[in-house]
Amino acid sequence: MAKMRGAIVVDIERCKGCGVCVVNCPTDTIGLSKEVNGKGYHYSYMEYPENCTGCTNCAIVCPDGVITVYRLKVE
Amino acid sequence: MDINEIIKPENLVFKRTELMTDKTLSYCPGCGHGTAHHLIMEVVEELGIQADTIGVAPVGCSVLAYEFMDIDMTQAAHGRAPAVATGIKRLWPDKYVFTYQGDGDLAAIGTAETIHACNRGENIIIFFVNNGIYGMTGGQMAPTTLEGMRSSTSPYGRDLASMGHPIKMTELIAQLPGTVYVTRQAVHKAANVRKTKKAIHKAFEVAKEKKGLAFVEIVSNCNSGWKMTPVDSNIWMEENMFPFYPLGDIKVDGKIVKDLMSDLM
Ligand SMILES: Cc1ncc(C[n+]2csc(CCOP(=O)(O)OP(=O)(O)O)c2C)c(N)n1
Ligand code: SF4
Ligand code: SF4
Repeated sequence: MAKMRGAIVVDIERCKGCGVCVVNCPTDTIGLSKEVNGKGYHYSYMEYPENCTGCTNCAIVCPDGVITVYRLKVE
Repeated sequence: MDINEIIKPENLVFKRTELMTDKTLSYCPGCGHGTAHHLIMEVVEELGIQADTIGVAPVGCSVLAYEFMDIDMTQAAHGRAPAVATGIKRLWPDKYVFTYQGDGDLAAIGTAETIHACNRGENIIIFFVNNGIYGMTGGQMAPTTLEGMRSSTSPYGRDLASMGHPIKMTELIAQLPGTVYVTRQAVHKAANVRKTKKAIHKAFEVAKEKKGLAFVEIVSNCNSGWKMTPVDSNIWMEENMFPFYPLGDIKVDGKIVKDLMSDLM
């Protein structure tokens, strides 16, 4: 059966660590990192990358537009 | 599967619109202003009208919107954006002209400009970001502040007897003959973002037809002013703002599509 695999790329230095993407991810892929970026924010990252389906929910709600999304159909 | 097999140009499904500049947004983490900016610019990009769109920024946190939206923009004195937009639109009737305003700007100092631009049926779009508070100046009470809601000037909560009632500008202006499309949306969840984008598309369609004014309210958070985390503020907004400011279309193609009497209560 065809399955969607996705991945996000976060522009770490522009992320403000607000967590809005985290609660909008239907597959619990995203977490906030323990490390901070140059501005001191706990930036978002794929904590469970294998969960991502590339639905784009996180990217379209991100107020700072820092997420890019990729999606691939795998058999 | 290796992540690098997915992260390839041919698999790209979403990236930030090119119509937002590279400048870091001046908004607090999690503030809905940023999401609203991106959506408007995405629609302008999809319609291919970057060179034909002129925006008017307000006074408020979004005073610097012209730094972030890569279109022609100007900035008006507090509350006067609809008057400035009127002048621009009348000089350049074939441009798409919009204002972007907060609730302090649109529903307090700019109430007259808002109501009369709507009543005259100016062929402009008004984007109204309602976070129930004066964000920029430190979270003072706005006309839109809910009953019982705390702000820096209503620290014990808004008391109706001494401070008056919150005002539903969107329901009010929907009753004016000059407005064609009037809607209330939100941008805190993906499903809402998708609906808001459709609403913004519709607003630009109305502007193209030049039959009157399109008004898009976006109920948003001001997590700094509300003194909550971004995620908590969005939950608070759903529980407290949406019952008083219900989401959905209010007027479509010049016809009121919801029961305003029950809603104005
Ligand atoms: C003529 C004038 N009066 C008052 C102010 C102070 N002032 C700046 S922003 C603001 C309120 C902004 O609130 P709102 O429109 O809700 O926007 P937000 O910051 O919440 O996005 C006020 C009263 C001003 N700049 N100019
Ligand atoms: S929504 Fe955007 S700014 Fe907020 S944590 Fe996620 S990626 Fe960072
Ligand atoms: S003060 Fe409020 S409205 Fe202003 S940027 Fe911060 S969260 Fe947004």
